[in-house]
Amino acid sequence: MANRVVVTGLGIVAPNGVGIPMFREAIKNGKSGIKHHNLLQELQFSCQIAGQPELSTELISTCFTELELRNFNSDGILYGVIAGMEAWKNAGLSMERQEDPDWDSGTIFGAGTSGIEKFREAIYKIDEKQVRRLGSNAVMQTMASGVSAYLGGKLGLGNQVSTNSSACTTGAESVLMAFERIQSGKAKRMLAGSTSDGGPYIWAGFDAMKVCTYKHNETPEKGSRPMSLTASGFVPACGAGALLLESLDSAVERGAIIYAEVLGGHLNSGGQRGTGTMTAPNSKAVQNCISTALKNTGLHADQIDVINGHLTATMMDSTEISNWSNALGRSGENFPYINALKGMTGHGLSASGSMECVASVLQVAENFLFPNINCEDLHPEISAQIDPQKISLQYQSHPIEYLAKASFGFGDVNACIIFKKYRS
Amino acid sequence: MNKEELLSRLKVIVSNYTQNKEALDSINEDTDFLKDLKINSANLVDVVLDVEEEFGIEIDNLSMEKMLNVRAAVEIIETKLHEAGRE
Repeated sequence: MANRVVVTGLGIVAPNGVGIPMFREAIKNGKSGIKHHNLLQELQFSCQIAGQPELSTELISTCFTELELRNFNSDGILYGVIAGMEAWKNAGLSMERQEDPDWDSGTIFGAGTSGIEKFREAIYKIDEKQVRRLGSNAVMQTMASGVSAYLGGKLGLGNQVSTNSSACTTGAESVLMAFERIQSGKAKRMLAGSTSDGGPYIWAGFDAMKVCTYKHNETPEKGSRPMSLTASGFVPACGAGALLLESLDSAVERGAIIYAEVLGGHLNSGGQRGTGTMTAPNSKAVQNCISTALKNTGLHADQIDVINGHLTATMMDSTEISNWSNALGRSGENFPYINALKGMTGHGLSASGSMECVASVLQVAENFLFPNINCEDLHPEISAQIDPQKISLQYQSHPIEYLAKASFGFGDVNACIIFKKYRS
Repeated sequence: MNKEELLSRLKVIVSNYTQNKEALDSINEDTDFLKDLKINSANLVDVVLDVEEEFGIEIDNLSMEKMLNVRAAVEIIETKLHEAGRE
């Protein structure tokens, strides 16, 4: 029999809040984490604003030893480990070092790249014929699975320890992969999540593609405008989100606090056919992903109370709305509430899906809708499809039974997850 | 440079990597980097790089392989300093 899967721990390192208490307050109050970055200006980026979490040295030293921090230069691993360890502790799990690994616990912690700053450092040394001066830690900081490897060691994980990668779908995909592993009985607990490096070497490629906004260098907090008429491209960001997924049996046995149930969902690809390309989604596949997620969880489209969208603040936002509307067969006043975290955080790339899953689970657990910021001038193509009331500009307390979360990524890949209020 | 001074400078370097601070207090020529100081074997290359920087010498691959304890490290450092005419 398939195991029910619940969320018992959350952790986050987001541009607008580090740690769950700070992040919860930030999203309830519509606090932006977007700032102007002098470095981007010096390097002549078109988009000189970004979302980057601020970490104190005290917090870093609670998660890493002095030895680990020697020649350490991988912010993606830093964010992921801090968020992952918070979720673990938040779930009431022990940090005490045991002799044997915990065979029942594992992690699928995604990343887009790893240690790009460390890579840059190494490349300079290699080109100067100084290979031997790289020292011992270039590999562990730059291997794609660096973040899951660090977490595995710190938590003594003895089940699957791996890193998934599917561009901006990564975070949502990690949750569904972890869900399946617990559902099938292969693990009792999986730390799901994802991280993204930040800084010019990650963001430059997007800047060059002209997909980031260049119109808000003087007004950073207004820059990320999902669903707005004046949305002019996304704001690059970074960070990490983490969710401790656990079988219901294990959670009940431990007396753990349960935030929400993961009902399941679906992962698919548009095959870069139809409207799909390397960088644009095949709408047919997006709709198929949403309707298959409903089918897999045995839900009717009318049961969805809230959607947490992908919604990046590009011209694709209205296409996303019509895909939701078509897949659910709901429009106008009958459309569910919908919100976009990226207005406050920017687009955290491979970290976006997990940060948004954390925000989604908080909303389900605590019955609220965080505000859509920078959306006062709703795009008319969106208001033509759905009632503007469904895009709340204010914080609202609102009961939520079912929330659908979707993420879409380059490569024409999609994920849709259904979170449900936990009822014993 | 006398042996005591060399040893104390080496002690500072290995203190960054040891996972056994007690063994560090009683460090002597017989102290083994892996068994006694519990240095992670991957970090041995970092010890060598720090030694090179501290003493301004270069340690070849063959010598590097032998640098597994204090005695060998001291001998190698002394030899390299001698070769450089800087003992």
